[in-house]
Amino acid sequence: MAVLSPTQSAPRRDGPAPRPPRRVGFSQRLGRWDVKVSPYLYVSPFFVLFAITGLFPLVYTAYVSVHDWNLLGGQGDFVGLQNYAEVLGQPVFWKSLANTFSIFVLSSIPQVILAITIAALLDQNLRAATFWRMGVLVPYVVAPVAVSMIFGRMFADQYGLINELLGIVGIDPVGWHSDRLASHVAIATMVNFRWTGYNALIFLAAMQAVPRELYEAAVIDGAGRVRQFFSVTVPQIRATVIFVVITSTIGGLQIFDEVRMFDATGLGGPDKDWMTTVVYLYDVAWGNQKDFGRASAVAWLLFVLVVGIGMVNFLVTRRISTSDGRRAKVSRRQTRAVVAHARAAAAAAPPPAGAAPGGPPGAADAPTPHRTTPGEDR
Amino acid sequence: MTSVAVTAQTAGKRAAADAARRRARRAIGGAQRRPGRLTYALLGIVLLISIFPLYFTLLLGSSDPVEIAKNAVPQWLPDGSLFDQFATVISSTQINFWKALANSLIISTVTSLSVVFFSTLAGYAFAKLRFRGRGPLLVFTIATMAVPVQLGVIPLYILMSDIGWVGKIQAVILPAMAAAFGVFWMTQYLSEALPYELIEAARVDGASMFRTFRSVALPAARPAAFMLGLFWFVQQWTMYFWPSIVLNNTNPTLTLVVQSLQANYFVDYSLVMGGIFLVTLPLLVLFAVVGKQLVAGIMAGAVKG
Repeated sequence: MAVLSPTQSAPRRDGPAPRPPRRVGFSQRLGRWDVKVSPYLYVSPFFVLFAITGLFPLVYTAYVSVHDWNLLGGQGDFVGLQNYAEVLGQPVFWKSLANTFSIFVLSSIPQVILAITIAALLDQNLRAATFWRMGVLVPYVVAPVAVSMIFGRMFADQYGLINELLGIVGIDPVGWHSDRLASHVAIATMVNFRWTGYNALIFLAAMQAVPRELYEAAVIDGAGRVRQFFSVTVPQIRATVIFVVITSTIGGLQIFDEVRMFDATGLGGPDKDWMTTVVYLYDVAWGNQKDFGRASAVAWLLFVLVVGIGMVNFLVTRRISTSDGRRAKVSRRQTRAVVAHARAAAAAAPPPAGAAPGGPPGAADAPTPHRTTPGEDR
Repeated sequence: MTSVAVTAQTAGKRAAADAARRRARRAIGGAQRRPGRLTYALLGIVLLISIFPLYFTLLLGSSDPVEIAKNAVPQWLPDGSLFDQFATVISSTQINFWKALANSLIISTVTSLSVVFFSTLAGYAFAKLRFRGRGPLLVFTIATMAVPVQLGVIPLYILMSDIGWVGKIQAVILPAMAAAFGVFWMTQYLSEALPYELIEAARVDGASMFRTFRSVALPAARPAAFMLGLFWFVQQWTMYFWPSIVLNNTNPTLTLVVQSLQANYFVDYSLVMGGIFLVTLPLLVLFAVVGKQLVAGIMAGAVKG
């Protein structure tokens, strides 16, 4: 491959020049060195930065978690698994986990259903299509903290907009800041507000990749619009659905911003009814306790949980995409679609929780690895 | 549909041709008539829900706090008193609005440029160059995308505090300067959009490796790089978790301004809401200008699929 051969400046002389002496010149040696070393130089900034700000902190979390470690006092004695024992013995920790799952379920399921519905509306021969697409994406550019403040007001227990609206249809005011489940619904609504339109665009992209022949065939078979949607569209975009669910899982288990702004103290209410695990982590580390050791134990437990759920997701996804293998044409297309959406969504998707350093979790759970070096196809 | 031109930009000529053909087929098949009024009505409702919360901030920002406490929607149209709230927020000594705006701008701009540059560099190497360990390194990069690195905040904080960066924006910038997904995104893009022939031609002409990157790969990567930069900009602008830990109100970002509005003025809702609109405004302006590309970026993958 020519890319790899070192630069050779061809001798440009008229007439039968004598062969240049077989001496490896400095520039040539430099050129060879250039070819050999350049790729490593090009990938190294990313790996160095990731090692310092991503990998090292993650590994070091485990180290901190087995020590007495205080925000002010710094590193203390090695205490083994004591921090873990303490965390697991705290009812607040378990409550925060339950809250996290509850909010996650309330945000992901309606979100996926709504997003698919909106995508189906958008996947038509619309006038001013770009206008509608931009319209559904507006909430995405509003910071989650701002969304939370605005919705916190709309979900006010007294004279809140939502309660007034409920009053019009004859429903009693809901205690959004006092009832546990209601508060979860309110917080999930904030997450949904920001991410539904975004996911709708991902689904829309998947829908547009569905071969139109399938719809034509369905029409010939006498299928109506609704039947087409459930028998053609939904099965065809299944891979994308799975992908969106996976990414929202990784983000949804780390909800933080919305809870912090939901009330004045931002720690999940007087009874920690809507405190998520990441907020709990924050409270242990930077709140009253200032206990880095214990907070690290929380982080590590949550880390194991997120990765574990990610693995389960991955296995389920792989099984589903393998079973597609029997229907060869469809499956290849779907696999490709997943890669494509992984690409699109990975680029775009900070997880609903609002991410932190190191970048959002992306597409790795989707069945992408076999496409990771597409250059080799050639 | 994404316009064919955009498709050509993002996915190359072949995909553009495909899209054009698909569109033509749609027209012939007749399955895609113009949708009825119901579709537009439903989309209108969706749009209303998307926009209303922002409009709501304008309404509350124009109202009297006493009225807000008694009415869900104190008035239906914003008025001039909104600007009083803006003025109060901007001039408040507790808020540091200008500093926050400058900080957010610096953080988002610097990290976007850096992510785009490093991702293009690494993506180019992964997509087009051969070197020992390329496969494993790429797989490693992709695997890290599934890892919630956010959970490493405690050691990251210890690190920042050891080097004296707590309270400084470098502490926010450094961890956001590289992104695994950016590398993945550029690798995917360049492996399709950049023909080997171009690289070879540059090499034959005697360009050094870096010159080849600069003159051939960088121009080819431009559309994808722009989208990547846009996403990263929005992401950093709206980020709260890490800045809230490592920065404070004397040197805040705009998301921290929201927090101090909550903390300092929670009784004065009109001021809080006016401030929130002000904080959101810069991204809304950006969105008005490049929202189309943002949409195209999110959908780009599927056009290629």
